[in-house]
Amino acid sequence: MHLTITRRTQLATLTGFTAAGLLLSACGGEAATTVPATTAPATAMTGGAMTPTTMTGGAMTPTVGAAPAPTNTAVKVGSGSVLINGAGATFPVPIYSKWFQQYSTTVNKEVAFNYQPIGSGGGINAITAKTVDFAGSDAALTNDQMSKAPGLIHIPTVAGAVVPAYNLKGVTAPLILDGATITGIFNGDISTWNDAKIAALNPGVTLPGGDIAVVHRSDGSGTTNIFTSYLSAVSPAWKTKVGAGTTVNWPVGLGGKGNPGVAGLVQQTEGSIGYVELAYAVQNKIAYAKMKNQAGQTVEATVDSTVAAANGITVPEDFRISIVNSADPAAWPIAGFTYLLVYKDMNNIKDEARAKALGDFLWWSEHDGENMAKDLLYARPAADLSKKIETELHSITFNGAPVITK
Amino acid sequence: MAIQAQPLTEGKPIRDLRRGPANFQTRRVRSNVMLGLVYVAVAATLIPLLAVLTWVFVQGLPALNVDFFTKLPGPADDPHQGVANSIVGTVQLLGIASLISVPLGVGAGIYIAEFGGSRYNTLLRFATDVLSGVPSITIGVFVYALVVLPMRSFSMLAGGIALALVMLPILIRTTEEMLRLVPGAVREAALALGAPMWKTIMRYALPAALPGIVTGGLLAMARAAGETAPLLFTALGNNQWNTGITQPVDALTLKVFFYAGQPYEIWRRESWGGAVVLTLMILITSILARLATRRRAGR
Amino acid sequence: MAVMSTPGRLPAQATGRGATGDPAFRRVALILATSVIIVVIAMLINMTWESRESLNQFGLGFLVGQVWDPVHLVFGALPFIYGTVITSLIALLLAGFVGLGTAIFLAEIAPGWIRTPLSFLVELLAAIPSVVYGVWGIFILGPFLKSNVVPGLKATLGGTPFFQGAFYGQSILTASLVLTIMVLPIVAAISRDVILTVPASQREAMIGLGATRWEVISRAVLPYARTGILGALILGLGRALGETMAVTMLIGNRGQITPSLLKAGDTLASVLANQFAEAQAGLQRSSLVELALILLVISLAVNAVARLLVARAGQAQGAGRI
Repeated sequence: MHLTITRRTQLATLTGFTAAGLLLSACGGEAATTVPATTAPATAMTGGAMTPTTMTGGAMTPTVGAAPAPTNTAVKVGSGSVLINGAGATFPVPIYSKWFQQYSTTVNKEVAFNYQPIGSGGGINAITAKTVDFAGSDAALTNDQMSKAPGLIHIPTVAGAVVPAYNLKGVTAPLILDGATITGIFNGDISTWNDAKIAALNPGVTLPGGDIAVVHRSDGSGTTNIFTSYLSAVSPAWKTKVGAGTTVNWPVGLGGKGNPGVAGLVQQTEGSIGYVELAYAVQNKIAYAKMKNQAGQTVEATVDSTVAAANGITVPEDFRISIVNSADPAAWPIAGFTYLLVYKDMNNIKDEARAKALGDFLWWSEHDGENMAKDLLYARPAADLSKKIETELHSITFNGAPVITK
Repeated sequence: MAIQAQPLTEGKPIRDLRRGPANFQTRRVRSNVMLGLVYVAVAATLIPLLAVLTWVFVQGLPALNVDFFTKLPGPADDPHQGVANSIVGTVQLLGIASLISVPLGVGAGIYIAEFGGSRYNTLLRFATDVLSGVPSITIGVFVYALVVLPMRSFSMLAGGIALALVMLPILIRTTEEMLRLVPGAVREAALALGAPMWKTIMRYALPAALPGIVTGGLLAMARAAGETAPLLFTALGNNQWNTGITQPVDALTLKVFFYAGQPYEIWRRESWGGAVVLTLMILITSILARLATRRRAGR
Repeated sequence: MAVMSTPGRLPAQATGRGATGDPAFRRVALILATSVIIVVIAMLINMTWESRESLNQFGLGFLVGQVWDPVHLVFGALPFIYGTVITSLIALLLAGFVGLGTAIFLAEIAPGWIRTPLSFLVELLAAIPSVVYGVWGIFILGPFLKSNVVPGLKATLGGTPFFQGAFYGQSILTASLVLTIMVLPIVAAISRDVILTVPASQREAMIGLGATRWEVISRAVLPYARTGILGALILGLGRALGETMAVTMLIGNRGQITPSLLKAGDTLASVLANQFAEAQAGLQRSSLVELALILLVISLAVNAVARLLVARAGQAQGAGRI
């Protein structure tokens, strides 16, 4: 019965795989409770403290102390704990994950967060379809998007800087660019590095004569939204021809996927320039340019210049704020807020425990959480904006009752 | 696409040696040249394979430690973290996908090979080919509309269904083709001995075709295991342990995708570690299945 | 239906005992098979419904439109169609030859002790996730091509329109090469299995006639296995057309129609991957779904053509069944 034996063994092997899968699915919950202490138990990805070193690009001042090392705490994840699902922007991942970890270990051990960085647009889509509890987005919703998600509110969390990162051998001091040159580079008018317009801003620097290889995002992104908003603000021609958005029809350039994609392309391509979140330039040790802002001052991308960008802005009712091309002399011109998106009446949340936990987290993040922003190179909202955010938070309800009672 | 069993006696002439150069020397040189090209082809297959494998292992092996297999994801400054939930999640997803696609695929393949009328078969094969040409991301979008939206939640179930649709066409095609290649004599013998049709197929024709079907199944599973795009819209990803079939679940491919190229060293390493583990999982499954269906000696 | 003249099929009815299970068995198999058709139809309906807005707006102009502008809401698919076709064709061509050669080696030439481990290795290519291929391409293949291959290509073939312009690592060429590697295991593994089932009698007859090794392969084995190999190629093409992640990371994401392989391009699948998660319901989303629909139609067309070829080949041999 050789045939039978072979077939049996065969079926056993193949179904073993399936059975393992089924078994694990069945007791997925229970397995969790026996998980030994993990260092960051019920949390989503957490960013570490940044310790940027001085480099050729923006000379960063070293951070003020690293965040405390996470401690081992056994937390039972499984029955009894509250899992909150979110998705969206990649830009604030380092600070959000720090917040999730801190909140779950120091404030409420029963709460766990699962945040997936699928991009601002993905987050907007998900919250509109109500497949997640909250979303993160660097781009405020357009009117069209608002009409599809009635009752959705924006909660600004932090502001960050988008920097022009470049790869130029032999140029050690950071380049200086301004709105006109950046626009010229990204629409193809300025195509070589030693163009007169760039040279005018960088006296004394020997610029190589090669072509400029432009790099932009291939996927829809809040970073692109901030960057193209800036270009539209400084160039009416750009505004009509290309415009601003999470995805645009770029006149020139290669596309890289995600901040890492752009960073990677820039790193590998000599003579290239792209735009990335400050964190990516710093962590990958890529040179990034200083910018001449609207007031004519040459500024470097730092937490302070990002804070300055948010100075003196008029905050609209719905918190859809744009802070590009700020008039403040100390402001970094390409900055933007990032938001957490929730429904005002939390009608997408399935139970009260989750609603309360999410509300409490939002309150905590706008107060205690903001203390961690500077270390991670984000700017916290100014005092008056913070007050307005508090009022907004108080208006969030679940089943008619306010969620935050502080 | 029909695989014809076409023995010599079927009237198809062998391209006999009256065509081509008559000179034996020329023929031999030509033969050697062509065989040389075959060796070149093998080299062309092996070189990129070894290049990619070496790179994946060199990058990924340093990431494999006890933490990697037992801990959950953590902060970028924490050296003690892992992707335990992603490994389990991959197995869970493949399990559900196999549960759905193997009966469907093998059953459909059996029907086409053994029962179907020629018109219906054409339609069925056409549908299979269409399905195999659908990009996996479209399948993800389709399952998103079908399962995730009504359920108002990303889930392991949705992910499993999406992967099943990815696996299905390969299973159907290889089942059908391998069954067709089983000589009629096998079935005739069984029937002559009085076996019913279902027994003839299940106990005699199918086992004879099984090694090829297993190849197809493994290729299908390998392809599904390496898919990222459909899972983005269905399983979403999860940094905690999955708590049930209707909750989001993580997978190794999602970890590789999200962590690759991150500026944080530990996450990048985990991404490669995930790639290595995934590759090894498929390899081991492949070896085991091969051992179980080892072809008997000779042809 | 005479059993003898159509080997590989059963007669319409078996009459042995225990045959009472047969109708039920057949019905179950029929249901399973039909569900596949149902899934495909459901998919087609869903996609057509989701793309109704852009179908209405652009009509057939969508297929020849070259502008893709989400801000001004003008969409056209031609550059992506071009990218898909070019990369898949190159991949299929290269993978076809290399894969078939490998399959021949594995099935005909390799001694037993090499065959099994080597088969594993080839199948291992399929085990590597496509994201990994993407990153490998970015960090290893791209720079390798840039420093070692492209200069040579430009020196020799730089005059042709196929190798013009600056090479930035991410290009149609890089994406096509990685796509080849990904299609290779499918073509090789399935072809190998098909060749292995060619009966010894075929080979023996040729050897008996005094054929050289290659003649045995090319005149007795390969023609016998021809339709199976074609099946392997079609499956490989399916993979190439639909491959998303690796291509997205390597093709440069610039929708343009250019004969130069060194330049960047974009494919239907990679545009879908890049933009779908972000696109809200509306013209952009509808246009993206229409891209998926186009991809499906291309796949259908390819299959229809392949079927015609097989039918013609089958007729020439006097056994024309598809």
